[in-house]
Amino acid sequence: MKRSVTLRGETFAFADLRQLLASANEPKAGDRLAGIAAASERERVAAKMALADVALGDFIEEPLLEDDVTGLIFDSLDRNAFAQIRSLTVGELRERVLSPEFVGEWERGLKWALTPEIVSALARIMSARDLISAAAPLRTITRCRNTMGERGVFGVRIQPNHPTDDIAGVLLSALDGLMFGCGDAVIGVNPAGDSIENVIALENALHDLIDTLHAPTQSCVLAHYTTQLAALERGAPIDLLFQSIGGTEATNAGFGVTLQGLAEGRAAVLDSHNSRNGFIGDNVMYFETGQGTALSVEGHGGVDQLTCEARAYGVARAFDPFLVNSVVGFIGPEYLADSTEIMRAGLEDHFMGKLLGLPMGIDVCYTNHVDANQDTTDQLLVLLATAGCNFVMGVPGSDDVMLNYQSTSYHDAAGVRELVGARPAPEFEAWLQQMGIFIGGRLSEESANGPASLRLFADSLRALDR
Amino acid sequence: MSDQLPESIRSAVDVGDEASNVTPARLLIGRAGSAYRTSTQLQLRADHAFARDALRASLSLDASPMSELADRFGLFEVATQAESHEEYLARPDKGRRLASGVAETLRRECPNGIDVQIVIGDGLSPLAVSAQVPAVLSPLIDHATARGWTVGRPFFVRHCRVGVMNDIGDALDAQNVVLLIGERPGLATAESLSAYLAHRPGAGDTDAQRNLVSNIHPSGVSSEDAVRRILGLIDSFMLQGRSGFMVKESAQPTTLPGAGGR
Repeated sequence: MKRSVTLRGETFAFADLRQLLASANEPKAGDRLAGIAAASERERVAAKMALADVALGDFIEEPLLEDDVTGLIFDSLDRNAFAQIRSLTVGELRERVLSPEFVGEWERGLKWALTPEIVSALARIMSARDLISAAAPLRTITRCRNTMGERGVFGVRIQPNHPTDDIAGVLLSALDGLMFGCGDAVIGVNPAGDSIENVIALENALHDLIDTLHAPTQSCVLAHYTTQLAALERGAPIDLLFQSIGGTEATNAGFGVTLQGLAEGRAAVLDSHNSRNGFIGDNVMYFETGQGTALSVEGHGGVDQLTCEARAYGVARAFDPFLVNSVVGFIGPEYLADSTEIMRAGLEDHFMGKLLGLPMGIDVCYTNHVDANQDTTDQLLVLLATAGCNFVMGVPGSDDVMLNYQSTSYHDAAGVRELVGARPAPEFEAWLQQMGIFIGGRLSEESANGPASLRLFADSLRALDR
Repeated sequence: MSDQLPESIRSAVDVGDEASNVTPARLLIGRAGSAYRTSTQLQLRADHAFARDALRASLSLDASPMSELADRFGLFEVATQAESHEEYLARPDKGRRLASGVAETLRRECPNGIDVQIVIGDGLSPLAVSAQVPAVLSPLIDHATARGWTVGRPFFVRHCRVGVMNDIGDALDAQNVVLLIGERPGLATAESLSAYLAHRPGAGDTDAQRNLVSNIHPSGVSSEDAVRRILGLIDSFMLQGRSGFMVKESAQPTTLPGAGGR
C-alpha cells in the first residue's frame, strides 16, 4: 500500500510498510549501514507523519517478513482484543497510551492486542519523555526464586565475570556485589570458556553461594542454551535458562537457536525445578537482545533494527521469561554510533518491552570504540530508573574484565536506588536487612566499605551458618 | 569461616585483602556515600583514556615484533574492502570482505587445500596483535605440524573483521582456518587477543559455525593454554567434520608435548 506525505510542497512517498518504518526511525548507524535509513531529516519526519496515519490493522494485513517469528507473533495475538483497536491509527494509539486510563486497559489484557511491529511504530512518534512516562506505570511481575517487577522495585543483576572463569574470583566479585545490595535480579556470569565442564563448575559454585547464604535469588551461567541444557542433563542446578535471541528466524539461526529448542529447554528446566526447593514461580527464562544484532548476523531481511528488536521481544514473551534485557551499546558504533543513539535506543527498547508485557531491564553500556563515556551511562541510567526499568547490571567498578566493555556498577545501582527511592525485590530486601547489609532500607555504614566489610560479612555468614 | 561452608566460598571470602590475586576486577574498593571514592573515579578515567588511545595505534609488518614474524614465517599483508580506520569502524560489511584481487594473491602465495590456515587480523586492537601473537604463532605452527597436519603460510589482514574467514576459506579451500584477531580494548587491558576457528569456512557462514578462544593475554588465558585449546578444537573439528556451537570444548584439552605435562 502506497503512503505519501507532502511537506512544504515536497512529496515523500513510501512503497510499503517496511520502507515507511525504516524511514521513520530515529537516526541509527545500523539502518544507515543497511542502506534503509531516511535520506534526509525531512524524509524522516514525513515518514513519521505518514506512519501516524497508518491503521493498526495494516500491520496484521501486511507482514514484514514471512518466517517462524512472524508465525509466533501472530499466534500470540489476542484477536478479540485486537478487534477493538484495529481501526485506530498509530497516532491515535500514541495518545491512548499516554492517557491515564491506559494502564488499566493494558493490565486487563490490551497488551496481548499489541504486536511488536505496532509498538515499534509507536516508539517512532514518541519523544524521549513520552517513552519514559508511558513505560513508568506498566509493571510486569515475574517469579522464580523471588519476585521481580513490583512498583518501586529496581533490580540488579550481579555480573561477576572473570577472564578465565576463576571460581574464587567470580565468587568474590559476587560477594562484593551482594554487599551493595545487588543481585536480586540474578547472579549471572558470562563464561569465558564454553565447555560443559566449565559451565557445570560455575553453576555449582553460584548455587553453593546462594544456598550457603540463604539468599532469595537465582543464578545463571550465560553460555549457549544447548550447553546449559547439557549441563542440566549432567545434574547441574539451572535456575534460569539464558539465551541471546533475535527478531527474525535468520538471526536466531545465526545464534544457533530454534523456537522449538527454546520451548524444549524451558520445559526441561521447569521439570528440574520440581525436584529442588525454593522456587515460587515458573518464570525460568532469561533473554538478552540488542538493536543491531539481526544486521550483525545478516539476518535482518531488509527490516530496520528497531522493528527487529521489537520482534525479538515478541519471541521472548512467548516463553514467559523471568528477565529480559537489551544490551544497548554493546555491539559497537556500526549499529549505535554514539551516546545520543545509545540513549535513544535504551529508552525505546525499555518502552517497547514494557508495552509488550516483558520484565524489561537494560544493560546500559558502552564499548571503548564508541563515542560514549561514564557520564552518558549515568544519564541513561537515571532516565531508565525514572522510567521504572525492572533491572540493570551491576559490574564491579563498571569494568567488565572478561567482555571488555563498561556497564553500570554496583555503586551506580546502589546510588540510583537511593536517588529515586527504589528498593530491591521484597524477599531479597528482607534478607539484606537480616544480613546487616541494609539498615532501614539503605546500605548500612559497615557494608561495602572495602576489605574490612568482607570480614563483617563473613561474621554474618557464620551466624547464619549456625 | 565455618568449616561447613563450601571450600570455594571460604577461599573467596578468605582472599579478601588480596582480591587482585584472583581477579583483575575492581573489588572491595570502598565508596563515598554510594559513589566511587575519588581515586577510583580518576583511575577509571585514566584507564578509559588509555583504551581510547589504543584504538588509534597502528601495526606495521616492517617494525618489531611483526617484522621478525614476517622474516621467519613469510608473513605478508593483505587488505579488506575497508580502506580507512573510520570506514572500518562504520562499515563492518567491508571489513568482512577481502579487497579485490586478494583471493588471487592468496591462491598464488599460499598452499591450497591444507589442514590449518593461520590468519592474523588487527581487529580493534593492533596492540593485542603485537603483544600476544609472537607467543602464540610459533608454538601453534610447531604443534600443528608435529601432529602431521599441513599448515599454510600465515598472512596478515588489515582492517579485519571475523567474517573475512569466509572469503579466506573460499579462496584457499583450507580444512580449518584460525584467525588471531585483536579484541576491542577494555579498561583492564587493551591487549587481549581472540582466536576464531572454523572448519571449512565459506560464504554464508556465521558465528554459529565458528568457535572462539578469547581473552588471550597475560592476566587472562595464557598463550600456552590458548595454543592447547586451539589444537583441541581443531582435533574435534577433524573428528566431527564440523565447527560451531555444536562442537563443545573439552575441559581436558590435548596435552602439548613438552608443556610440562599440564
